[in-house]
Amino acid sequence: MEETGTPRVKKGLAQMLKGGVIMDVTTADQAVIAEEAGAVAVMALERVPADIRAEGGVARMADPLKIEEIMDAVTIPVMAKVRIGHFVEAQILQGMGVDYIDESEVLTPADEFNHIDKWKFTVPFVCGARDLGEALRRIAEGAAMIRTKGEAGSGNIVEAVRHVRSVTGMIKRLHGMDEDELYTAAKEIGASIDLVREVRKLGRLPLVNFAAGGIATPADAALMMQMGSDGVFVGSGIFKSTDPAPRAKSIVLATTHFDDPKTLAEVSKGLGEPMKGIDIKTLKEEELLQTRGV
Amino acid sequence: MIVGVLAVQGSFAEHMQVLRGLAVDVRLVRSPEELRGVSALVIPGGESTTIGDFLDKQGLGDAIEAGLPIFGTCAGMILLAKKMVGKQKEGQSLLKKMDITVERNAYGRQTESFEADVKLAWDARPFPGVFIRAPRIAEYSEDVSVLARRGDAAVLVRQGRYLACAFHPELTDDDRIHRYFIEEVAKNDS
Repeated sequence: MEETGTPRVKKGLAQMLKGGVIMDVTTADQAVIAEEAGAVAVMALERVPADIRAEGGVARMADPLKIEEIMDAVTIPVMAKVRIGHFVEAQILQGMGVDYIDESEVLTPADEFNHIDKWKFTVPFVCGARDLGEALRRIAEGAAMIRTKGEAGSGNIVEAVRHVRSVTGMIKRLHGMDEDELYTAAKEIGASIDLVREVRKLGRLPLVNFAAGGIATPADAALMMQMGSDGVFVGSGIFKSTDPAPRAKSIVLATTHFDDPKTLAEVSKGLGEPMKGIDIKTLKEEELLQTRGV
Repeated sequence: MIVGVLAVQGSFAEHMQVLRGLAVDVRLVRSPEELRGVSALVIPGGESTTIGDFLDKQGLGDAIEAGLPIFGTCAGMILLAKKMVGKQKEGQSLLKKMDITVERNAYGRQTESFEADVKLAWDARPFPGVFIRAPRIAEYSEDVSVLARRGDAAVLVRQGRYLACAFHPELTDDDRIHRYFIEEVAKNDS
């Protein structure tokens, strides 16, 4: 008997990606650059978050033809994004054999109240979270991997830092609590008591947790790793910079050697202009992507 | 005995945890210096392309001494193989230690990843096999012994001081294959 789509198999692929960089790509050519730079997976999407932000309109799942071209171009796993709550986009991607689905706030939500019931799928899902409560709600819905949200397409690490600190800070607080305080804590963060207990016991999320949303330099990637992330997603940061290939390679090396300042200095040299980036304070509330799907 | 776990990327923390349960000293290895003094090496699952590139660029592949016992799981098995067939990135570096031919992602993409019991040659109890975008051993020479099969396919093979596994024992709490590596493959009998 062989069984597909088990929790162990879904979480397992994320475990194989740990310590690596997952890069946003919009074409097969970009996917090849990402693979050659040492990416552990690519995220296929129609426009990188910075362009979605600039151009506006409704952002949807990428054209299946584009995704197929990307799948044919590389041997590393291919992920693709669906709108929050859009389970039909997810069915389409699963049918195509995409390796991981990102139910992502970067696309325009299809359902403002519900996420996809991810237990129904064989393909594993990654979901964004700003804090422990969001992370555990996504896990309860069947997510097999979490990424802290940051602010996609901003080129600014400040929100990513805020969200990693928020998740780890709450885990530390749980650790110091008595058993009888956990019920109220679970209620306050809006998560199931069973998951809260598990997190307290493990001292970390029960599955792989990457950082995302604003990583633009090798130092940004290393910062996320030193703060305890299992790996990083880099979206606009690579293909919105002046010279993507060397920057992609450097971010991969910085993610591996995250605690070695000498190597970090070496790989940070002469990379050209990073993406320009946005001061988050200049964004209006409705321009924030991170507040979608909480 | 110090067992090194190649810690570039992938499931190295999981391997470390299983090994610690076997009362050996474990050291994460990221550079040729960290390889010194290690009496066996584990190459974890992960992305073989990424890990292979790293071995190459850091000179780690060359720093592995002939005869150092190595246990490779999934991506680690791909790196130990002398030959690869199927879809493959050009110039992917292999350590080329075992006379096996491996086909990458032979069972298909992630939606085809599966769990299935595996029969070990030395123990009647089934082993929980976790196969994730798993490679397949397409061919092996007569110097290679098959230690586990799933159906007709060899999924755990040994050649002298090298042990290679198509699935992920590090993702389970069953330590029998790690124990076999430490006690049978890596033990210093000279």
